[in-house]
Amino acid sequence: MTHQTRRQFLSTGAGLVIGLSLPLGARAQSGAAAVLTRDDVSEGAFAPNAFVRISADDTVTIICKHIEFGQGPYTGLATLVAEELDARWDQMRAVSAPANQELYANLFFGLQGTGGSTAMANSYTQMRQAGAAARAMLVAAAAEQWDVPLGEITVSDGEVRHEASGQNASFGSLADAAAQQSVPVEPALKNPSEFKLIGQDLPKLDTQEKSTGKAIFTMDIAREGMQTVVVKRPEVIGATVTSYDDSAALEVPGVVAVRQIPQGIAVYANSTGAALKGRSKLTVEWDTSNAETRTTDQIMADFSAAASEPGVVVEESGDSAAALSDAAQTLEAEYHFPYLAHAPMEPLDAVLELKDGKAEVWMGAQFPGIDSGAIGEVLGIGAENVSMNVMLAGGSFGRRAQTSPQIGLEVSQIAKAAGGDGAWKLVWTREDDLTGGYYRPLTVHTLRGGLDAEGNITGWENTIVNQSIMLDTFMDQGNSEGKDPTSYEGSTKMPYDLPALKVNWVRQKSPVSVLWWRSVGHTHTAYATETFLDELLEMAGKDPVQGRLDLLKPDMGRDRAVLEKVAEIAGWDGNRVKGDRAYGVALHESFSTYTAQIAEVSDEGGMPRVHKVWVAVDCGVAVNPNVIRAQIEGGIGYGLGTALFNELTLGEGGVVQQRNFDTYRMLRINEMPEVEVAIIQSDADPTGIGEPGTPPIAPAVANAWRALTGTAVRRLPFTSAGV
Amino acid sequence: MTTLTVNGQDVTIESEDDIPLLWVIRDELNLTGTKFGCGIAQCGACTVMVDGMPRRSCVTPVGSVDGSDIQTIEAMDSPEAKAVQAAWEKLDVPQCGWCQSGQVVSAAALLQMTRQPTDEDIDNAMAGNVCRCATYVRIRKAIHDAAAALEG
Repeated sequence: MTHQTRRQFLSTGAGLVIGLSLPLGARAQSGAAAVLTRDDVSEGAFAPNAFVRISADDTVTIICKHIEFGQGPYTGLATLVAEELDARWDQMRAVSAPANQELYANLFFGLQGTGGSTAMANSYTQMRQAGAAARAMLVAAAAEQWDVPLGEITVSDGEVRHEASGQNASFGSLADAAAQQSVPVEPALKNPSEFKLIGQDLPKLDTQEKSTGKAIFTMDIAREGMQTVVVKRPEVIGATVTSYDDSAALEVPGVVAVRQIPQGIAVYANSTGAALKGRSKLTVEWDTSNAETRTTDQIMADFSAAASEPGVVVEESGDSAAALSDAAQTLEAEYHFPYLAHAPMEPLDAVLELKDGKAEVWMGAQFPGIDSGAIGEVLGIGAENVSMNVMLAGGSFGRRAQTSPQIGLEVSQIAKAAGGDGAWKLVWTREDDLTGGYYRPLTVHTLRGGLDAEGNITGWENTIVNQSIMLDTFMDQGNSEGKDPTSYEGSTKMPYDLPALKVNWVRQKSPVSVLWWRSVGHTHTAYATETFLDELLEMAGKDPVQGRLDLLKPDMGRDRAVLEKVAEIAGWDGNRVKGDRAYGVALHESFSTYTAQIAEVSDEGGMPRVHKVWVAVDCGVAVNPNVIRAQIEGGIGYGLGTALFNELTLGEGGVVQQRNFDTYRMLRINEMPEVEVAIIQSDADPTGIGEPGTPPIAPAVANAWRALTGTAVRRLPFTSAGV
Repeated sequence: MTTLTVNGQDVTIESEDDIPLLWVIRDELNLTGTKFGCGIAQCGACTVMVDGMPRRSCVTPVGSVDGSDIQTIEAMDSPEAKAVQAAWEKLDVPQCGWCQSGQVVSAAALLQMTRQPTDEDIDNAMAGNVCRCATYVRIRKAIHDAAAALEG
């Protein structure tokens, strides 16, 4: 697979292809990624990479190893190449890399994948080196052609130039000659002070096609003779088929076949409309003996009771028990967080064409190599006979980063059950999406805090109860020691100086599958810790901003800077309530990016109305501020709608109660606050931006709400907290 | 047998009358710019113009619009639609992009009816179009910008 793909790649048309050997030197930075890093990805390991193509028509195409689903890697990674290449922005293009675990490994994961807000962080040096190498080879080619010294050649705005002789050439005209030059091993990179494109609001590469309906996603793929397939899955998560009756379904015009696959009953049809109509006429009996049949209330009660079980201590300093028993004042609170669906706008889907023992696949795969492997295995053809097209995807928020290659398995089972060659498009509906599991884990936090007579926080204990996302999956590399940081990240390594602290994790199991959901553990830890801290500060008579600043450890300069900046742009004056508006603050680092937010909230019919959110963010070098602002705006909208409205609940017998957007309600334009973003200037290497905007919004709103109404919301969403 | 005019061309539809217009447009006519998001008229990703009015194609049986004039994102060429798309590009509105065809169709329809929409007009016209990436801040600004461009 590896070698074949590399040959295919290198032989795609004329022009300059840069193949580079770059060290896999970077290690995991965030807690989530640390577990993903395999022991065998050691310092100094080498793997060939190929990221830049320059065509005779003067276009420069970057091969993007990260899936584009709105978070901006096409634009961001193209910026890195263009910067070091001294290209013009209008000559830049981006395409998705094929599945190739070696060439296109995420340097933090050790396998090809997008997640953990790592696209920019792990590509920053790699893509700059790819651009710098291309530039060096173009310069070498020009020097050879013009017979002038290398050092006299300059490159700017997509043009190679020799001032003294007045000669110049476009990249495209030099491409073939440049391809004959040797590849520099360690091309020199610019000093950040020389950046021309990095730091600019460059227009995104994919906006035009996405504004005109021309962008092609998985669901838009059509192949000759292709059938559309929908699958009837269980109403209760973990149930399996006992028996089914397809006679009525088969009478629907356009329905071609019905087959049982491990995932349920698959209906094959000539169109999506016919497939859906056919599926609605199936009768299926289910075996629920291995299913989750508890209701959400029962699960929550079980998790709450489990908080007093031993669990695993994941962080400890000082004697928190003694600190709490000696405290002048104490606060205890239990927080409940529901299961959540990611609900990307494009539901899950895939297209598979099988011909003469080879499969071509189109899907929005976040771990394309894992899916290719699963497909090759199910079809018995091996991964080397699977060609994966990683498509633009209509959102993901973690849903397409599958710890089980769920969609790869399902689409290949569909092909296998059909028998013989053919092409199939698997389509999920919104009901399939919301009832299909892989939720943000339902979580209970139990917090205890103690204050001394002066109002200093002397003790802090937090017990987190939930399922593990990574343990017992392929992500579990056997070095986890029974810990899964994605279950509690953000409740540990807090920036505050808490002298006696203990964080405990109690793992629970359920047939309900769970998965990372935009910002993963931070979705609940930021809320629990930042609202609990806010209450403690209030008990101590301290200002929410100054109280946090005073608590920050001395070396938490980046936390301090974003908190001070957000207070400045919001005009924070210590008044939590002004007229009918209240203001709440939250500070939270995730994925090595520092974010502070202040939310302005009023009471509209008993629910928070969020008018404006001020944000300060430090994500290192701001490669494209336009994309950073967009991700913060979007991350806030995503987190706000969820905190206000969303929970997936299991009713009687474990049946999922929210089936579509009428009951799993999305934030709408009239509910979106104004967002003002301040980006901290930084020379530090870039860190994540897709997720860090999400964690602080819910606690900022809750803190404002408590200031306004006196009610501490400890169960999300706000609608179910009886607000 | 249903006949439609789609983007200026007369077509005879083979699908059964109760099949939603969305799937006819996408699967039978191969116009994939119109998207599926919910199937119950809750998200607006499937919005198309039917006889000059925005309509959710996912809940519109094709037989119910027999003889109608349908316009999809692929053929949106009114001054309002062009102004909307230009503003969308200038502000880089889309993120994942899946909902944006529906957003553009709804926004163009708004400007055809209300040349200078207020924020409240925008809320009323656009609240039926969900964007899971929450590009709403930019959608609002882009509609105002498009309105200004049409005036200018």
